[in-house]
Amino acid sequence: MPITYTSGEQIEVYRFSIPVTVGVPLLALFLQAFVPRRLPFFSIFDLPLLVTIFFAMARRNPISGLFTGAAIGLVQDMLGAYPIGIYGIAKTVVGYGASSLGAKLDVENAGARLLVTLGFYLLHQAVYFTVARGMVSLTLNWSWSREILAGLANAVLGVGLYFLLDRFKQRT
Amino acid sequence: MESVLGRYRNLTILVGVLFLQVLGLAVQVKRTGDAENTRLIRVWAVDAITPLERALVWAQNDTSNLWHNYFFLRGVRAENRQLKQQIEQMRLEQVRLSEDAEQAHRLQQLLSFKEQVIAKTVPAQVIGSSGSDLSRSIYIDKGSNEGIATDMAVITAGGIVGKVLRVYPSTSLVLMINDQTSGVGAMLEKSRLQGVLKGTPDGAVILERVMSDEQVAPGDTVLSSGGDQIFPKGLPVGTVTKVSPGREMFLKIEVKPAADLSRLEEVLVVTEKQEQNAVVDSGVRVRAADILAQRLPSVPDKPVADAAAAAGASGTDKVVPPGQETGAGTKPLTPVESSVKPEAAQHAATPSIAKFAGVGPTAATPAGAKAVSTGSAQGVPVNGQTGNSQTGNSQAAKKTAPKPASGDPVVNSGSPNAAASNAAGGLAKPATARPKPPVTQPNPQPPATEDNPN
Repeated sequence: MPITYTSGEQIEVYRFSIPVTVGVPLLALFLQAFVPRRLPFFSIFDLPLLVTIFFAMARRNPISGLFTGAAIGLVQDMLGAYPIGIYGIAKTVVGYGASSLGAKLDVENAGARLLVTLGFYLLHQAVYFTVARGMVSLTLNWSWSREILAGLANAVLGVGLYFLLDRFKQRT
Repeated sequence: MESVLGRYRNLTILVGVLFLQVLGLAVQVKRTGDAENTRLIRVWAVDAITPLERALVWAQNDTSNLWHNYFFLRGVRAENRQLKQQIEQMRLEQVRLSEDAEQAHRLQQLLSFKEQVIAKTVPAQVIGSSGSDLSRSIYIDKGSNEGIATDMAVITAGGIVGKVLRVYPSTSLVLMINDQTSGVGAMLEKSRLQGVLKGTPDGAVILERVMSDEQVAPGDTVLSSGGDQIFPKGLPVGTVTKVSPGREMFLKIEVKPAADLSRLEEVLVVTEKQEQNAVVDSGVRVRAADILAQRLPSVPDKPVADAAAAAGASGTDKVVPPGQETGAGTKPLTPVESSVKPEAAQHAATPSIAKFAGVGPTAATPAGAKAVSTGSAQGVPVNGQTGNSQTGNSQAAKKTAPKPASGDPVVNSGSPNAAASNAAGGLAKPATARPKPPVTQPNPQPPATEDNPN
């Protein structure tokens, strides 16, 4: 699984049309809210997180990445029962990290994407747990086995999803 | 300074955005009225997502209905047969339970208990969830337009589901009982021990605040206690699956919810509750002894003179000449009917009981004068009361005496002995000889004889 270090000039930066920029995150949020009621196992996936990682890595712009993550995370918070900001903070960090990483590494191949997604999933969960326990006083139990399993599941789904979303990329 | 900020511009913006979100989060946590403070932006998000969910649920249901109602009917006959058997079993169970319930209501009435009953519910469809694995909440397709308000109970036929947390015009967010921020007043059915039902981070449900020296066993049923002022008392909550020592002096009781919280499709929102005194449902219940008494043949008729004398002696029964009786649907009154306690007479006056007992208003209409009981059937204790104390109850029933073979009117004497013997199962013979039952007797049962008392 090669992760090649490349210079900024060698890495292509992509952009997306406005319908894709708005529609894909909304669709991900909708599916995340709708599908688990029909397929309970689907709740292990975090589609908004995968979309955040994808957009951040494709744009390779940390500012754009963190704002994308913040926006998606905050909307996800708005749909939930807890105070707004927990997912917002976690996805802001992930968006920033993914875009920063995307600016330095070539993450176009499946292996790299798998590892990057797994890593960012664990980072996302760690930030979420910290904020939820530290600020909102939610009782959450960290389980390495569960988180790694969920991270792998998300990474596998993410690889497929990224190749699907690659079709919407537009060269700058 | 500027060069430092410019050099670390991305990092500075990241810190700024994170700081703003942490600040906003802190404000929400600090304020208790979080729901109102963030209501507007939540409405935007909900309005953006839920219409899609609603449309998809609608399409899914229509397709499903079309398939199941018109195309896929395989196994319906077998299922119908199975359901019929189930209904029969449930009817038997209902008879047993209704007796217990009636007794409980009677005791509650004696003690002037107040009970909460569900007066009105609104059915709703589950259209989505919160979209988070850690937040156990669902969206339903009914909102303030349909009269939904916060803190209303949400239930299914199986058991309780949760409470309404936030209300929007056409949707509502329901916090389920397995969310870790929820709390439900619950109690164990057998031992009546009360506790607090809470969710865990992994979506399980536990009953807290039950002392460790109490006896709780797996399989015990958990009901709502009504202490939270949201769920009416007595709704099924779940079943105890595991009991283990918890923190401090309390037990950790794991509960399997009665409602399948992961596969909810339709729910009921309790929009109105009423608090009322326990009411004895005396209008539709009848004891087996009363039914048996109604089916027994009549005792010999007495002459009018004797009847009048008897009425004068008791001072409670009146002789009514033919054509002067009041009330429609009068029917022949067997001695048993008039001599049983007034409560039974009242029961027999109800259509349901008349039907059940095989007594109809068209049968054997007497031509002679009829005796109207004023409810003075004496000497038969009813639930700790004597028949005398319920004078007037049976007047509404307007029982009339059966037409004797000679056409003479009779007056019911209200003999306590006869009542007692009939209440005891009708096995004791009356003091006088039994006449043949009327030919037009509505009761299809064979006349009682010594060999066949029923």
